[in-house]
Amino acid sequence: MSLLEIGNLSLSIGGTPILRNIELSVSPGEVMGLVGESGSGKSMTALTIMQLLPWVARATGRVTFDGVDILAASEDQMCALRGDDIGMVFQEPMTALNPVKTIGEQVAEGIRWHTRASRADAEERARKMLDRVGLPSAQFPLSRYPHELSGGQRQRVVIAIACALKPKLLIADEPTTALDVVLQAQILDLLRDLVAENRMGLLLISHDLAVVTEMADRITILRHGEVMEAGDTARTLSEQLHPYTRQLAQASMHVPARAKTYEVGQGKPLLQVAKPLLQVERVTRDYPGRRTSLFKRSAPTRAVDNVSFSMISGQSVALVGRSGCGKSTLARLVLALDEPTSGAIRFRGQDIAGKSEADLKSARRDMQVVFQDPYGSFDPRQKVERLVAEPLHVLERKPDSAERREMVAKALHEVGLSPRDMDKYPHEFSGGQRQRLSIARAIITRPKLVVADEPVSALDVSIRAQILDLFAGLNQKLGIAYLFITHDLTVARAITDEVMVMHDGRIVERGKTSEVLDHPQSEAARALVTAAPDLHRAIARRLREQE
Amino acid sequence: MTAYLLKRLAIAVATLVLASMVVFAVLEIIPGDPARLMLGMNASAEQVELLRNQMGLNTPLALRYLHWASGLLSLDFGRSYTYSVPVIDLVRERVVVSLPLALIALALSTLIAIPVGLFSAGRRGRAGDTIAMGAAQLGVAVPNFWFALMLIYLFAVWLRLVPSGGFPGWSVGVWPALKALVLPAIALALPQAAILARVTRSALIEVLNEDYIRTARAKGLPYRAVLWRHALRNAMIPVLTILGLQFAFLLAGTIIIENVFYLPGLGRLVFQAITQRDLIVVESVVMLLVAAVIIVNLLVDLSYAIVDPRLRSRQ
Repeated sequence: MSLLEIGNLSLSIGGTPILRNIELSVSPGEVMGLVGESGSGKSMTALTIMQLLPWVARATGRVTFDGVDILAASEDQMCALRGDDIGMVFQEPMTALNPVKTIGEQVAEGIRWHTRASRADAEERARKMLDRVGLPSAQFPLSRYPHELSGGQRQRVVIAIACALKPKLLIADEPTTALDVVLQAQILDLLRDLVAENRMGLLLISHDLAVVTEMADRITILRHGEVMEAGDTARTLSEQLHPYTRQLAQASMHVPARAKTYEVGQGKPLLQVAKPLLQVERVTRDYPGRRTSLFKRSAPTRAVDNVSFSMISGQSVALVGRSGCGKSTLARLVLALDEPTSGAIRFRGQDIAGKSEADLKSARRDMQVVFQDPYGSFDPRQKVERLVAEPLHVLERKPDSAERREMVAKALHEVGLSPRDMDKYPHEFSGGQRQRLSIARAIITRPKLVVADEPVSALDVSIRAQILDLFAGLNQKLGIAYLFITHDLTVARAITDEVMVMHDGRIVERGKTSEVLDHPQSEAARALVTAAPDLHRAIARRLREQE
Repeated sequence: MTAYLLKRLAIAVATLVLASMVVFAVLEIIPGDPARLMLGMNASAEQVELLRNQMGLNTPLALRYLHWASGLLSLDFGRSYTYSVPVIDLVRERVVVSLPLALIALALSTLIAIPVGLFSAGRRGRAGDTIAMGAAQLGVAVPNFWFALMLIYLFAVWLRLVPSGGFPGWSVGVWPALKALVLPAIALALPQAAILARVTRSALIEVLNEDYIRTARAKGLPYRAVLWRHALRNAMIPVLTILGLQFAFLLAGTIIIENVFYLPGLGRLVFQAITQRDLIVVESVVMLLVAAVIIVNLLVDLSYAIVDPRLRSRQ
């Protein structure tokens, strides 16, 4: 019998329909993957099972967990289930833990609440659980606070909280989306082991088809609150009977068509091919250590360590590495938003390290930036015209308002938006459209270089494919060089000629993208490549296992 | 942590020094001769000269400030002109009324505000919340002396539970003394509690939207437990800030309330000193009140570090 049975579940919040006739089941020891794009109702399904919906939500249908009718259960019954028989892991590990309580308190709390164990007993069990999720007592005593841990470590604590009482069902809502690929692989391994150990059912929610394929026995594909297709993971994804399944699968493996004009052989110095656009020479950036007392500081942290590289016009280069490897610091240095401790950065032959804003004006005009979060990077109270025209103040001659409108209209047109969108506010756009707006803002000054920091990682696969196409097209049409900062190797593969692998502040490997990704030489690059989920590989492996 | 504490302490000391300069300067800025001002228009030139000497008005400004400031440090505030006694004696006599009054009011406002804030935040948008916040709105709007009069009418005149004013002194026993302070403390606390309850509610509501609240709910804790165990402590930072800022208003409130209840406290002393133009007393008492406010805010800064572990490890 199934552990969790959802039948004909419909949900509306404040009169707006969210879910329609959802069918889903999870058996003990089974991993069910719930896939869909943002807004498809994945998280709402999870919150319905937990009964943690906003109070205006109305659910109809049938949700049965281990014989208990969830939709009819009282709040007391639900409290007894939550954290004991059903555990839940959330997407954002940085904010999922209470900042003012120690990790020991937070793991032990649920244990004490449900088992009425003494504080000492509960702490002992919490200790064991933290050991189990890979946080050994020597490094991670119970007295640690969340802010003293990294994102991956915090996610382990969240998993420890959810699994402390060996739940029958674990709901993991995008548990690895905020983590880099190496950490993602580790967390997925941990979840897999926990499922095997306790015959726990796992409802794995993700937008990432590759992740779900690697993990799930069965898969349910959700769109606009409805189940599109459900069934055995390998079969569903290899046959791709449903058009939406096919669309999702294709989008997640999408590679924009690019004429590879700037391919450079491995090992051949770029300087001989063309005049370099950007030269970074022996750049180091130290951050002062934390003050341990009034007069003492700990040793400085070296975020970027003796990095040298160069780029030519029109070249698309990926800078990949795990989180905390220094890639964003390096990007800030290149953009002259931060000054190197030592070393030189030249942009179009001009030295940009340590220059005043006035001296940087021409360099600023020729390089622009696109950030990860299309929601946070716009002032919500300004119209698109002003937002997109923002970089125009670095132009030599200020355009008058008619010229400005014309330039904005052109930039909007180039990124596939309508010039009529100029008078709208950011909230009127979807996530993908907003990322188009930030690209329009980046290209309005006709830059030679665009630095893009994880520009597609917050987007759904189908929108991601469109944005990658846009990047590729602009590269062809306008000859813009890209420095793509990403931890996602699919993105690097899709859109860049060259890749640089960064590890502990150094560039440990550089070469043609396909060669580095297919035959990584350095250990850091190998770790990234092995950990990166790949849809083809995952489907092939599943099919092999089933034979 | 030590760096944080030292920095806060340094800021507090600097504020105190700056405040003393301002308070001292006010006396200098007053147009005309302070001695003449204090003695009135009918005083003779000799009397004025005598007072000028007594106040040290004939010495240079900087020297006078240093003399006054060092006097403050050794608790020598000079002599009151109207009472002809050392100011410190006056203060000592009055502080035993005002300090308990302020502390009781502070404790009372916190004890009222936090449960009301929790109650309201837990029932956001429902009838209980609307009623509690409506009451709080009223509490913010109505001045404390009006509360004072209503309280006197209800508890002293009608129910005859407590005296309507005056202070018997601590020598007659703790209970009669406390009884005399109950009504004024309530009158002082109510408007403060109203503001604090609103702040507590909005801080809690903000915290309740955080991800870790959902984590706590997913652990199986009932809503009420989550509110107390997880939300309250995180909501304390803005509440403490307002508490510190309100202390200054609380002290200002004592001036009015002590007059309404006829309590011989610092507030009444400073009020009388102002009407009698006893600038030495005014200067000293104002300085004391400033010091009290700065110390309370220093304590608030320290309590941040207790509430929030992130402050302890940050520089």
